[in-house]
Amino acid sequence: MTEEIIIAGFGGQGVLSMGKILAYSGIMQDQEVSWMPSYGPEMRGGTANVTVIVSDERISSPILNQFDTAIILNQQSMDKFEEAVKPGGVLLYDPNGITRHPSRTDIRIFQIEGAKKAADLGNTKIFNMIVLGAYLQIKPIVKLENVVLGLKKSLPTRYHNLIPMNENAIQEGMKNVTAYQPA
Amino acid sequence: MARELKLMKGNEAIAEAAIRAGADAYFGYPITPQSEVIEYLMAEKPHERTGKVVLQAESEVAAINMVYGAAGAGKRVWTSSSSPGISLKQEGISYIAGAELPCVILNVVRGGPGLGTIQPSQADYFQSVKGGGHGDYRLIVLAPSSVQEMADYVVDAFDLAFKYRNPVLILSDGVIGQMMEKVYLIEQRPRLTDEEIKQRYAWATTGKKDGTERRVITSLALKADEMEAHNIHLQKKYAEIEANEVRFEEFQCDDAEYVFVAYGSSARVCQKAVQLARSKGIKAGLLRLITLFPFPKAEIGRLTGQVKGMLAVEMSSGQMIEDVKLAVNGRIKAEHFGRFGGNIPTPDEVVNALETQIIGG
Repeated sequence: MTEEIIIAGFGGQGVLSMGKILAYSGIMQDQEVSWMPSYGPEMRGGTANVTVIVSDERISSPILNQFDTAIILNQQSMDKFEEAVKPGGVLLYDPNGITRHPSRTDIRIFQIEGAKKAADLGNTKIFNMIVLGAYLQIKPIVKLENVVLGLKKSLPTRYHNLIPMNENAIQEGMKNVTAYQPA
Repeated sequence: MARELKLMKGNEAIAEAAIRAGADAYFGYPITPQSEVIEYLMAEKPHERTGKVVLQAESEVAAINMVYGAAGAGKRVWTSSSSPGISLKQEGISYIAGAELPCVILNVVRGGPGLGTIQPSQADYFQSVKGGGHGDYRLIVLAPSSVQEMADYVVDAFDLAFKYRNPVLILSDGVIGQMMEKVYLIEQRPRLTDEEIKQRYAWATTGKKDGTERRVITSLALKADEMEAHNIHLQKKYAEIEANEVRFEEFQCDDAEYVFVAYGSSARVCQKAVQLARSKGIKAGLLRLITLFPFPKAEIGRLTGQVKGMLAVEMSSGQMIEDVKLAVNGRIKAEHFGRFGGNIPTPDEVVNALETQIIGG
């Protein structure tokens, strides 16, 4: 199994940390992982993306132009990465702020109202964990128990009391993901 | 040996591994994309763990001269920077090579020339293997292609630097510095005591006691004959390094008809390109260079008896290709493919270049 993922959105949405938690979860189940952030000028312009690869085998290129899954959290990233999903791959996005919805018919498209759900729950900080939950519902590449272990490993001990809240958010995401058919 | 597993950036892994390798000091100055090295060290406070000094100098020039001084005292010392900062250090590197002192220098390469871009590049190949500073000198150049190798090679680099009393350059790039991967770390090695340094290194300036001979460290020899003799001595040492320290890794070369030659993050891209090419029925392989100096001339020569063509893939407009062509010596087709200025070639582009420039070319 090799899963090649791009997560793309605005800085501050938790894009990089979502990728990091996914990578840690992979390690917890003894897989190979790579996490390659955008650190260049586009980061300084407000957008952020990270390529995460989780695999049973040694990972070759950490830099990719085609992905099994794209998790898209703003319009700029939709414009940039919709075409980068491999045929038959998955595009998961939050419709919040999206003006041009995806139109490809050769991939599977899903929506998660992450921003809305996070606001409903009164905590915008769990947005990325809701999105992560939605992704894991579509592609359960890592077990929830390993995500919890990953959270423990990646968060400083003083934040470990927040782990149950994050676990809840993941479960909310799992429950609320919906398939989307382009018009 | 028990090894600890972590998820780290290349820049963090090399910083931690250097502490564990028993380094005595780091002198540096921040620059993207390698600032995590000094940030990690400052946060980790190795001076409390092992006594290792971490100092942010006032400039890159100051940092390399601090390295020169500490190396003269027999200490395991290193510095890091990225391309424009490494250019500033060249005078000091030439002096350290001339004075035959051991040290480790990390270059996390970004696009140039000039201030360039902060994105990854491999355009400092010439600077690394052909001199960079003035005079007839060579650095031992190691090219990691993963976070694990950032950690492993800094340990090797210190060993090689002391074995040959020569600066070792670790030539990395923005991809390897910024990405996170699994890394297994070695256990802490003790730093040498001043007494151990005095006993082990007869050249180190550790303080003259009555009755002991003066130890002089200099790169200056005004008489031409003396300077020529020193140069002959240096060339002998470089020849010994070329005979003993060539390192490379081959990936699916056994039955290959075409071979990519690459190092660092380009080699990672080429691994994927090998898989892609093979899925299209092209028997491709990869020769990944670990040492850039010494250059694996003999292995490239051997492969010319087996394969039909070679494609040198690098994030430059064509630097390493010159050494590949020298080793190929016209026996088979060898061409360059690169993206540069901060761009990274994709596996598809690499396979396409193989098809158009080598197979169909």
